[in-house]
Amino acid sequence: MNSRISLVALAATLSLTAAAADQPIIGLITKTDTNPFFVKMKEGAAAEAKKLGAKLMSAAGKQDGDNAGQVTAIENMMAAGAKTILITPSDAKAIVPTIKKARDAGVLVIALDSPTDPVEAVDALFATDNYKAGQLIGQYAKTALGGKPARIVTLDLFPGHPVGAQRHNGFMSGFGLKAADAKSNDLSTAPEIVCAADSYGDQSKGQAAMESCLQKSPDVNLVYTINEPAAAGAYKALKSAGKEKGVVIVSVDGGCQGIRDTAAGKIQATSQQYPLKMAAMGVAAGVEYAKTGKKASGYVDTGVTLIAGKPLAGVESKDTKVGMELCWGKK
Amino acid sequence: MTPFLERFPLVRHIGTLGPLIALLGACLFFASQSPRFLSGQNFSLILQQVMVVGVLGIGQTLIILTAGIDLSCGMVMALGAVLMSKLAVDTGISVPLAILCGLAATTLFGVINGLLVTKVNLPPFIVTLGTLNIAFAINQIYSGAQTVTDLPDGLTALGNTFSLGDVAISYGSILMLLAYAASWFLLRETAPGRHAYAVGNNPEAARLTGIATKRVLLFVYGLAGLSYGVAAMLSVARTGVGDPQAGQTENLDTITAVVLGGTSLFGGRGSVLGTLVGAVIVGVFRNGLTLMGVSSVYQILITGILVILAVTADQVSRKGR
Repeated sequence: MNSRISLVALAATLSLTAAAADQPIIGLITKTDTNPFFVKMKEGAAAEAKKLGAKLMSAAGKQDGDNAGQVTAIENMMAAGAKTILITPSDAKAIVPTIKKARDAGVLVIALDSPTDPVEAVDALFATDNYKAGQLIGQYAKTALGGKPARIVTLDLFPGHPVGAQRHNGFMSGFGLKAADAKSNDLSTAPEIVCAADSYGDQSKGQAAMESCLQKSPDVNLVYTINEPAAAGAYKALKSAGKEKGVVIVSVDGGCQGIRDTAAGKIQATSQQYPLKMAAMGVAAGVEYAKTGKKASGYVDTGVTLIAGKPLAGVESKDTKVGMELCWGKK
Repeated sequence: MTPFLERFPLVRHIGTLGPLIALLGACLFFASQSPRFLSGQNFSLILQQVMVVGVLGIGQTLIILTAGIDLSCGMVMALGAVLMSKLAVDTGISVPLAILCGLAATTLFGVINGLLVTKVNLPPFIVTLGTLNIAFAINQIYSGAQTVTDLPDGLTALGNTFSLGDVAISYGSILMLLAYAASWFLLRETAPGRHAYAVGNNPEAARLTGIATKRVLLFVYGLAGLSYGVAAMLSVARTGVGDPQAGQTENLDTITAVVLGGTSLFGGRGSVLGTLVGAVIVGVFRNGLTLMGVSSVYQILITGILVILAVTADQVSRKGR
């Protein structure tokens, strides 16, 4: 009797496993679980997976920069049978050996949002052109200053991160300063940049960095920020110092809070990117791989739009209403 | 009136049996949820994933048994990891020598912690809060915040696997188990080990019975530093890089493992093997929930609940004695 029950149970388990095996498993590994950017990315992936009949697994590091957590997530997803892994690398270099192991085992690995170092370590990269995102706000800032000599503060990500370098150098290039190209991971400098500090993309760290920069150079008139939380921190520091009126703040991201800050005039312009699209494209590529065995490859630009509070002559931009429709985070 | 929980005799022993029961329960649950959970290969994977926190946890257990705490362990490990990989890559010295330098550096940090605790009489919490920051800063300055890549094969050898039947087991997991066996023997069977318990239980009484309490503490902190060096080797082998951003949450992760393993934060009570169980519990939840397709925040939620349950069990069993 008992053995018959277990046989039935075994058969049931097997058929269940067989049914599940038809469904492609796709893993999504983000930097953290808490950043609205990644929450939006997960939503986009989940919706696309449901539409295409794939099973989505997600995991994240504990904090930005947590490489070991992402290594563990890759291993667990491979153990769970994922044939495609989408990852936003926390540490562009450190994750590479683990990605190599996964690819050697036949897993399609696609980087979303930020590249690995070297870029070829993954099969494909679906991301914003961060250099272009920087250039757009650089051009806007140049026009906004209208020929006044620039005293620039840059609130960057953290040392060695490609996204931080690309946005920073792109901004400089858009502003007309000499800067390294999109391949460099080093932040360029120029005499116009009077203070460069790391904000880690965090509001309170951004505020502290801006406060220190104001001590160093009270006459700043342009602030470049890696993202909108850092921009919000910069605005707060400027406001406490009573200097918020004469300073142009530009940023990158296009989160809903950032667009609201742009509409309110705290940020003058921001380059909006599209995490939902990156994730949806990644899932579609994973399903394609499961069905046909064809791997996605190369770099796919997921687009970037300049959103400005006030349009300026000669700079193409969209208004904050368009930005609100396409933004990520709490509307 | 006896508090409610203490009326059950089983509750009083939960400090020692609890961790194992929790681990078995978790395994049974995940086995029923995912057909992929209950395999030798998956358990080997879990061991491999907890080996860094596991070996760090040995040092943390030793220190917590003496009623201390070490916040610096993760950062000291990261410094050791970057030091051994950078020395091997940049200066071209042999791998064993590079590893030896890394082990020496982490042991030195342990000894410095120990000296500050015993000679200057500073509380371990403050001492290790200081050395946490010092180790982090030295690491960033030394590495220029750059990850060290293209390591020689010898440095990553512990991450390789051998086959036992159809299960691939990493050498690092075996090294972790050996380290646990050695520290278990040390704590149970040798004089310094027994003295560490005595110092943690009641330092004054220990001193009066003729134990050189300061020497015991110095030994414990130094040995803990050595275990962080071994963890650094494992971390380098596992990720294949020397990562200066590593180790940032490992101090709390090891304390979690120690507490889940039933060791008392008040010192003098607990077992190093419990810490292994505690580390594996965290690993099992992380692995099992991923296999089920559950988001990783729930793993953090469950770890939090388990920690509180474990400390409650410790408090209750303390009063019961």
